[in-house]
Amino acid sequence: MNICKLASLWLLAACLLWLPDRAVAAGWFEDYEPAVVVSDPFIEMHTGPGRGFPIFYVAGQGDEVTILKRRTDWFKIRYTEGHRSKEGWVHIDQMRHTLDLDGNEIEFGQMGLAEFSKRRWEVGMTGGDFNGARTISGYLGFAVTPNIALQLEGTQILGDFSDGKMATASILMYPFPNWRVSPFFTIGTGIVRTEPQTTIVAAEDREDEIVHAGAGANLYLSDRFILRLEYKRHTVLTSRDDNEEINQWKAGFSIFF
Amino acid sequence: MEGRIQHLLLSLVAACASVGFALAAPPALGATAEDLELEPLVVREPERNPVQVDEIDTENFEIGVFGGLMSVEDFGTNPVAGVRVAYNVTEDFFVEGVYARTQLDQTSFERLSGGAQILTDDERDMGFYNVSLGWNLFPGEAFVTSRYAFKGGLYLVAGVGSTEFGGDNRFTINAGFGYRMVATDWLALHLNVRDHMFDSDLLGENQTRHNIEFTGGLTFFF
Repeated sequence: MNICKLASLWLLAACLLWLPDRAVAAGWFEDYEPAVVVSDPFIEMHTGPGRGFPIFYVAGQGDEVTILKRRTDWFKIRYTEGHRSKEGWVHIDQMRHTLDLDGNEIEFGQMGLAEFSKRRWEVGMTGGDFNGARTISGYLGFAVTPNIALQLEGTQILGDFSDGKMATASILMYPFPNWRVSPFFTIGTGIVRTEPQTTIVAAEDREDEIVHAGAGANLYLSDRFILRLEYKRHTVLTSRDDNEEINQWKAGFSIFF
Repeated sequence: MEGRIQHLLLSLVAACASVGFALAAPPALGATAEDLELEPLVVREPERNPVQVDEIDTENFEIGVFGGLMSVEDFGTNPVAGVRVAYNVTEDFFVEGVYARTQLDQTSFERLSGGAQILTDDERDMGFYNVSLGWNLFPGEAFVTSRYAFKGGLYLVAGVGSTEFGGDNRFTINAGFGYRMVATDWLALHLNVRDHMFDSDLLGENQTRHNIEFTGGLTFFF
């Protein structure tokens, strides 16, 4: 037992010493700060990452600037002249007017309908109605192809007489992934756990399997935002004689990556 | 004769030495010879990779802690503490998730009645979470004396969540406003005022309860 402990301690120590070393070697902590050249007459440097922040400097055509970091659509750049340097924020629209050091155009990209239809990951939340109770759900989706996505969802059900938790896995089919309003069909399965409120006497917690089928639509708003409306019909596979049918309506939003 | 033997031995030593050298460092000798031939003919361009915009360090996430006071209707005002994660989607909008805990005092009825207890000790721990959408309504700079300017601004937030109140979970709507002050590129200070609204029948009739929370916090951009 002691030898085991000692060995695991050694292993832990080795990992602790080795991992940071590897991380530094692999460049995990080294920031990528590429240099670019201004190709337009000038680009405007703002004091902060927002349209309202004042412009305090302009870098002119042919000037070389270093990109330090990005926040939303704003890039923090450093412009060095002699041994004086200025740091400011430039909007992506103006960064498009820069070239790399070989004089090639840089692909800055921007979120749009094309990116929406090609999205891979989606994280979202919805609120809704579950047979009279309110629901809050969080979901994670992964698009296997533009037409088919897998989704894991966790739901908290908040009713007047009982609470519940539901976990489901679903497949979503998007017949028209390129449309701004993109309808989908879904089927899936999961479990639901019901806990009666404390002000209600007796009644026990139960856990049941649940299957569902539904339909809905995603509306691409802008940037990374999607609005979602969805209807699902759940069948609770109870241990009683009859299965229970439940309608769920929900609306929410998601962000895609 | 002696001279000839000496010559033979010396040339043997010389041959051995040159073979030894050649074996010891053949690549270096070879490379030098090649470089000398090729160097003047080939002009090497410094290697430049195209700029990879996706590789640039993004700082759209914020994570942090906050603390302050929370007034729960009928149950007094108590310290509240929690954690906050936010994702800045655009310069105007962000999404945030919050989890926090507070305590519930005795109601006036419990204090005046002498011994009646509505809640057990466990039920006096209150926890809540919510997911909200934030809108940077008035972005701008704050000037602290004539020396410092801090970026930041006023934002509005509203969202839904769940509150564990008196042993039950209640669907909760929250709305409020906050002020963000970015001290450095990676550290921000927040002041927040929120109203958490939920329905409860714990004190007899079912009614909407308003619970005001006032907090300050720190978040780190990453």
